[in-house]
Amino acid sequence: MDSTPQPPQGNANRARLSRRVRGLFALPLAALVLSGCSLPTFYGFKGVTTQSQSTYHLWQWFSLAAFIIGGFVLLLILYAVIRYRRKGDSIPKQVQYHIPLELLYTVIPIVIVFVLFAATVVVENKVTAEPKSSLTVNVNAFKWGWKFQYPQSNALVYGQTTQAPMFQIPVDTNVHFTLTSSDVVHGFYIREFDFSRYALPGITNTFNFTAVKTGTYFGQCSQLCGLYHTLMYFRVKVVSKSDFAAWVAQFNTKKGAARAEAGALATKQILSPGIPVIPATTTGQK
Amino acid sequence: MTDLLEPSSLSADSHGHSDADHNSASPHDGAHHEHHGATGILNWLTSTDHKVIGMSYTITSVAMLVIGGAFAMVIRAQLVAPNNHLVNFSQYNELFTMHGSVMIYLFAGPFAFGALANFIVPIQIGAPDMAFPRLNALSYWLYLTGSITMLLGFFTAGGAANFGWVAYAPLSDIINSPGAGADLWIGALLLTGFSAIFTGVNLTATIFYLRAPGMTLFRMPIFTWNLLVTGILILLAFPVLTAGLIMLFCDRHFQTHIYTQHLGGVPVLWQHIFWFWGHPEVYILALPFFGMVTEIIPVFSKKPVFGYKGMVFATLTIAALSLGVWAHHMFTTGVVLLPFFSIMSLLIAVPTGIKIFNWIGTMWRGQIWFSTAMLMSIGFVVTFLIGGLTGIYLASPPLDFFAHDTYFVVAHFHSVVMALVLGGMAGLYYWAPKMTGYLLNERIGKFQFWLLFIGTQLLTFPQYVLGLQGMPRRIAQYILDPGWQTLNIWSSVGGFMIGFSTLLFVVNLWVSWKKYPAGDNPWDAHTLEWYTTSPPPHHNFYRLPQIRSERPTWDANHPDSKALVHGHNEDGAGH
Repeated sequence: MDSTPQPPQGNANRARLSRRVRGLFALPLAALVLSGCSLPTFYGFKGVTTQSQSTYHLWQWFSLAAFIIGGFVLLLILYAVIRYRRKGDSIPKQVQYHIPLELLYTVIPIVIVFVLFAATVVVENKVTAEPKSSLTVNVNAFKWGWKFQYPQSNALVYGQTTQAPMFQIPVDTNVHFTLTSSDVVHGFYIREFDFSRYALPGITNTFNFTAVKTGTYFGQCSQLCGLYHTLMYFRVKVVSKSDFAAWVAQFNTKKGAARAEAGALATKQILSPGIPVIPATTTGQK
Repeated sequence: MTDLLEPSSLSADSHGHSDADHNSASPHDGAHHEHHGATGILNWLTSTDHKVIGMSYTITSVAMLVIGGAFAMVIRAQLVAPNNHLVNFSQYNELFTMHGSVMIYLFAGPFAFGALANFIVPIQIGAPDMAFPRLNALSYWLYLTGSITMLLGFFTAGGAANFGWVAYAPLSDIINSPGAGADLWIGALLLTGFSAIFTGVNLTATIFYLRAPGMTLFRMPIFTWNLLVTGILILLAFPVLTAGLIMLFCDRHFQTHIYTQHLGGVPVLWQHIFWFWGHPEVYILALPFFGMVTEIIPVFSKKPVFGYKGMVFATLTIAALSLGVWAHHMFTTGVVLLPFFSIMSLLIAVPTGIKIFNWIGTMWRGQIWFSTAMLMSIGFVVTFLIGGLTGIYLASPPLDFFAHDTYFVVAHFHSVVMALVLGGMAGLYYWAPKMTGYLLNERIGKFQFWLLFIGTQLLTFPQYVLGLQGMPRRIAQYILDPGWQTLNIWSSVGGFMIGFSTLLFVVNLWVSWKKYPAGDNPWDAHTLEWYTTSPPPHHNFYRLPQIRSERPTWDANHPDSKALVHGHNEDGAGH
């Protein structure tokens, strides 16, 4: 649903109509001059990766368009409903067609759609780009947990449900991810990254993130995967580059190896049917 | 063309299809119009009359709405607290699976193309019955048995199906979902799938071959047009689902490897097959409801449909595009061509927008009578506008990446389907007098409308925000962020309002039972069904008016007003 025009008004109002059409285009243009950052959030979230910030701006522009178009159409409906409520038994003029008007509200939506599509393609290419990276994280989803393995080092974290694993990535670094599933379809979803991707059995999905803000963020399986889907969490901690190097290094020590082993043990624990315990120290930026 | 057509000559064209039941009917005349056949319960069980079958469909599908709604009430009750234990995880999975399945497969579809379409379409085109009355009866009985089959899942040891209404492989395979409930779910979909296919055959054949003399394609009411397109879409889409389900069943029980990860299977194939049916299905559901409000808005604005041919063109465009957008449900799989499916999906906004402007154009400068049917229709347009606009976001892959599988999507399609419920209620209030001979209580109806309309917005708006705050769908608890509780409570309040409004409808049926005689045409409506009696006689018409435009009844009742010839009406503004 889009666009501008109004229901049959007759020729007299066409000039006013075209002024309104121009106004519709002028508004976003004015907003553009004021730069995207001053737009309201529309309940969206400015992500903590470079990719998600592009997505967020696209969200703002789509929302602006939706609010203008939706508001305009709602006003038309409201006006019609109030202005043309029944006032007598006379039969109104039996208008059936108004070809120029109908063409107008066919052509303008097509134009709007292609503008939205162009913006989509630009942002999509940014979000799905996979520039060469020196750090890779292999993510594996399984019922009902996650495994994060770093092929360039010994680092490995995994856990399931109540032992939600936490993996780390360095800030301001282009990190490459591969995503697989061991059993059913899972969804790798991090709200602060404004991103989700299916973990599909038999298919390896790849994508890149460049996190720009340190902090701990929650991830959760977003695609129904069976009984404990509700509890399939993980956390990602974005840390400084030096902290990340130290974190990776500890996996080379005996103690670190033991810790990785302990992580493996944790996954063997029988799932508690009671209230799941989520550590309190895991709040992201909410 | 003669002014009045005798029903005997009319039905002679089509009587070849009728069964013994019909042939036993005595010739109809004004004094003695009762059909000689089985009566009472036996009539309901054996009838091939499209009106009886349409009523059976209506009753069954409204019952399914109540059952599916009851599941939703439990779901919303579960979500009022972050760590609620009203139901356990397993029960919750069953509940939302069966809520979605009952609403989509057993309510919305059968109500749209089985119930009202069955009753109204043949009358709107001046036909005595559907083209294949026995096949029509078979459709209903397959639908009823399918519905019972699906619900029986609750009585199996493993419980009902619990893999979501989309049944993604490999979650729906025998290892991950071993229960008999899953098999009953597949069986139910095969039964209702064949039911839908037969209805599609019937609608298409009826509309192409049983139109009364003078009822050209461009004089058909928009409701009939939409059901024609729906029938064709059913024939294109439903066999794909049925085939996909048979393959799923073979995977589960005959060791085939079509959707398995190993031995050459491709799990993601299920998603392609499912959504290749699933997206046209969205329009198979929606087009009949579009048709209903396109009947109602002109009648209660005392004007013809604005942009009739544009409306038809938009419907055809939506149908054509809907076959090429299935992968927008799969943007986050990473295995589909994003730009193609994005532009195809965005383009659907254009014909849908045309429809909305045409509805507004129909009201423009009219004399709007706010009956319950009209209020429900306006509620439909507003709610559908919201659902449509939020759908545009999801057609953009980057935005879908972060909204997919969150409550934003849940809110989006509930805006859409609740708009359809509003449209369906509009249809029931509008056509109930024709189907039963009695009007429904308008006061209760208007109260029901406000509850339903406000409840719908209260249900969905918090869900949009929750989705943007990161709440995934299909989770039984949200321990992660107890801050989501307030919005969930509001959403639940909206849900309960909708539930209460549905109960009010049932109350209204009871209160209005044989109370307000309707007469043939209580709304001064336009189309042929309002020319005959309420309810119509066995083969629908004693006589037909001249059909010179898309509103023959209006032309007959308003002899001073010139019949509209498309694009050349003299009292119109355009040409």
